[in-house]
Amino acid sequence: MLRANINTGTGMPELPSVILLAHHALKPLAAGAIYWEAEQTLIVADLHLEKGAAYAARGKMLPPYDSRTTLRGLAALIMNLAPSRIVALGDSFHTSEVATRLGMEDRDEIARLQEGREWFWITGNHDPELPLSIGGIVCAALTIAGITLRHEPSPDAATPEIAGHLHPAARIARRGEVVRRKCFATDGSRIVMPAFGAYTGGLNVLDEAFTGLFTRPRLEAWMMGRSTVYPVLARSLLPD
Amino acid sequence: MKQAAKVKRQLEAEGEGRPGPVLVPPLPEPFASWFARRGWSPHAHQLQLLKLAEDRRDTLLIAPTGAGKTLAGFLPSLVDLAARHRTKPARSIHTLYVSPLKALAVDIARNLSDPVAEMKLPITLETRTGDTPPSRRAHQRQLPPDILLTTPEQIALMLSHPDAAHLFGSLRMVVLDELHALASSKRGDLLSLDLARLRTLSPELTAIGLSATVARPSELAAYLVSQQGIETTRFAEVVVASAGAKPDITILDSEAELPWAGHSARYALPEIYQAIKSHRLSLMFVNTRSQAEMLFHALWRMNDDNLPIALHHGSLDVGQRRKVEAAMVAGKLRAVVCTSTLDLGIDWGDVDLVINVGAPKGASRLAQRIGRANHRLDEPSKALLVPANRFEVIECQAALEAAEVGAQDTPPSRPGALDVLAQHVLGMACSGPYSADELFREVTSAAPYQGLTRHVFDKIVQFVATGGYTLASYDRYAKLKPTPDGKLRLSHPRLARQYRLNVGTIVEAPMLKVRLARGRGGELKPKSVLVAGRVLGEVEEWFIEQLVPGDSFIFAGEVLRFEGLREMDAIVTRGNSTEPKIPTYDGGKFPLSTYLASRVRDLLAVEDAWSRLPAQVSDWLRLQAEISVVPEANEMLVETFPRGQRFYLVCYPFEGRLAHQSLGMLLTRRLERAYARPLGFVANEYALAVWGLGDMGAMIENGRLDLAKLFDKDMLGDDLDAWLAESSLMKRSFRVCATISGLIERRHPGQEKTGRQMTVSSDLIYDVLRQHEPDHILLQAAWADAATGMLDVGRLGGFLQRIVGRIRHIRLEHVSPLAVPVMLEIGRESVPGEARESLLRETVEELLAEVMQHAARKH
Repeated sequence: MLRANINTGTGMPELPSVILLAHHALKPLAAGAIYWEAEQTLIVADLHLEKGAAYAARGKMLPPYDSRTTLRGLAALIMNLAPSRIVALGDSFHTSEVATRLGMEDRDEIARLQEGREWFWITGNHDPELPLSIGGIVCAALTIAGITLRHEPSPDAATPEIAGHLHPAARIARRGEVVRRKCFATDGSRIVMPAFGAYTGGLNVLDEAFTGLFTRPRLEAWMMGRSTVYPVLARSLLPD
Repeated sequence: MKQAAKVKRQLEAEGEGRPGPVLVPPLPEPFASWFARRGWSPHAHQLQLLKLAEDRRDTLLIAPTGAGKTLAGFLPSLVDLAARHRTKPARSIHTLYVSPLKALAVDIARNLSDPVAEMKLPITLETRTGDTPPSRRAHQRQLPPDILLTTPEQIALMLSHPDAAHLFGSLRMVVLDELHALASSKRGDLLSLDLARLRTLSPELTAIGLSATVARPSELAAYLVSQQGIETTRFAEVVVASAGAKPDITILDSEAELPWAGHSARYALPEIYQAIKSHRLSLMFVNTRSQAEMLFHALWRMNDDNLPIALHHGSLDVGQRRKVEAAMVAGKLRAVVCTSTLDLGIDWGDVDLVINVGAPKGASRLAQRIGRANHRLDEPSKALLVPANRFEVIECQAALEAAEVGAQDTPPSRPGALDVLAQHVLGMACSGPYSADELFREVTSAAPYQGLTRHVFDKIVQFVATGGYTLASYDRYAKLKPTPDGKLRLSHPRLARQYRLNVGTIVEAPMLKVRLARGRGGELKPKSVLVAGRVLGEVEEWFIEQLVPGDSFIFAGEVLRFEGLREMDAIVTRGNSTEPKIPTYDGGKFPLSTYLASRVRDLLAVEDAWSRLPAQVSDWLRLQAEISVVPEANEMLVETFPRGQRFYLVCYPFEGRLAHQSLGMLLTRRLERAYARPLGFVANEYALAVWGLGDMGAMIENGRLDLAKLFDKDMLGDDLDAWLAESSLMKRSFRVCATISGLIERRHPGQEKTGRQMTVSSDLIYDVLRQHEPDHILLQAAWADAATGMLDVGRLGGFLQRIVGRIRHIRLEHVSPLAVPVMLEIGRESVPGEARESLLRETVEELLAEVMQHAARKH
């Protein structure tokens, strides 16, 4: 759990940098992904690739550059961390239909990223089916070292889990300034990850949708900063 | 700019606003006897307008309040309709009356129905606004009234239906009321495009514009007629009603000490209260809603006589506003504290005094407000100006002198906005297929779009169809598709429904209802016992976002305690705290007009003129002349001095807060590059203060800092671009453009709950678009808006041009008297509540002590 280590040298408390889930150290990254170093696994949730195209189909012509922006962000992480395994926690595509129409350039980029590493696509409610052409392994859930990775968090889960789906965000106010950021929500037995996609927003962790997922006093929102993730305790969180 | 100059020359050549010897026939029956029965005789301008409209000439009527402007506008329609032989009910609208305010349309309909009934004219008239129920609207399309009174948005909606041709096919008159308030805005752009379409549907129509006195009638005159090509501009006829009696304006010469800064005018409250007591009905205008709330509250605290004093501003609940308006008309009130919501032409009751708190910011605005008092042209209107601080005294004096010579200032016109054009391009497709060539011709016949190139027009059509991106991946989803005969048609009827939900150009900041809970205190829990009660009004979401439950604020004239949010409602209880946190709404902050600013500079520059100012103010200026200098009318004074651990540079452009803030952003960038180590800046309406670690005074003297270079016009190039790209201002501006152009959905009440998670926020779109296609047409539109509206770049450019070779630097040991007001702005924003007040008090005393010390040492 959260405990600020007092660095006696400077007197400045050092921020904790990993979330402990069943004794596994999981590092939340400011880019919105989790790096599980012991497993050399990079986890991302809710990429919502081709969300722009899905909107265009309904008459909202958003800039068609969201997929490449998202993939660029992912590529930068992969380049830095060189993980041997990547898990996308579902809703990787905004719809199963647009997944089949992914542009050549973006398709090649995914293939390039997949080279030399394991790649798991967990299915989500937005993308229950995925075309073979995107490579990797498609599955409904995955368990690694006792931790279950799935799209929708399951309140009855017997084992610790990492999930996405809800796009958590948190809001705090200090001296009249309001900060609202995407966040990793956890109570030590579950992590709900922020959405990674370029066109994805966030839902306040205090929203009803999160009811039953966390033991409230132990809830922490690890809010995404520019280059650091800031753990914030439940009592400081504000509703929207 | 160049075009405006050309227009002006042309008008002068033609003889601007000739009241000329037009042969005016008398009023026909039954109008003549109706006028006679009331003991009225028609004004010359009413008859002139009637004659011109009969000759089917588009006409602009410029008349002061109380000159029977509205009746003049309707006479041609009434006369035409009365003479018409009526065999079967009309299937088409005869006259369209357009007003910027819903309330005004309703008010006018009420006033107009009297003469129609009294003369037993066979004329039907109805209103249509956002409040008109759908069944009524559908009925109006089936069986249209002769005269329809409505708003620009409703016209756009009606024009997007396939039956528009039928509905407007025999339209004869369009009356645009309060045209000065509509033109030169995005709403005005939309209306100009709709007017162009109405002309296509009914080439017979005549446009009549009604306007208060404006600086450049030529721009409105061009707006009213169909333009053909960019070589020449065509103008409507202009009829100018004779001005009424000169207003009787005084500036409050207070016994109390004049504040150095701030906008509260609290010091003058006892004198304001006395003025209210000695008049029948006073209208008290203030510049912001928070000021209105604060002063209303304070007046009631001293209201020993229990005078009926009411409050009226734009974020109050409609029901509450109507109640106040009705009480005014019924003569039940003694004073109303209000903002610009009462600026426009609604006539309320028998006002005999207008009190203007704060500086009027523009000569035309002052004239409009004073026009509220005493609606008979032959009697002077009476007004009391209450400046809130010393600079405002000077500004009030300048405005008063402008009013004496009847001078006007109105913001200059700018080219029509592209996001509005995009909305229109889709709207027209909703009514039926069109040829791009014909639509281009129609669009450019509207004065704001007269200079639009075909290239940009085509880009906008592309934008509407597929988003207009370089990466053309949305062709399969195109909203506009070519037909075999070379036209463009809507690809799906669903798009028309989407369009109708998003029509209009007013993108409000999201608003929350302020709802009074029954029961007292206690934090709002998810299923709390507090019962939500009546709605007090609406407030911007960002304001509520800063509050935590338990905070108090003034709203609707009461101190309220914020309890929490429930869906789109901010739940409040009646607070018992006496020191509330006051809403600091953005709305209603007007920049000082360029014209008035130059009068202020002139007034400062001539020492003889100071005698016209209160002694406190002239003493202050004399002290300034002694310690530093008072700038000449055409020069800009720059003062530098050390204070505490910092070095200050204060300049006095007198160009308004917006332009000063932009200047501050750009100057600090440049000072940074010159190693002056700037730390921050603060701006008010008159001056800009920058502070830093480097001794800027010394740097200027030893040539390491070149003032001419520092204030060079080239700062509006790369520096501006670089700053804008990263500022939140661009994001706000982009959100507005994205909404108006239809790229993102408007937020509708009830959708917000899931909104955050499901809709794509415009900030995300902005980031992605800027990264991949920085030249996209929508980014260009957003940039243009930010540059004009929020940054006043045009004005800044004019200023930088004006001061070339005219910068005067004075290096001082201490702060100067003229710098005190802007120095007091420092730190205002970050320290809340009572702490801020005491901080201010301390600072004033400190600064004044320094000034006096310095003056004493000099002697």
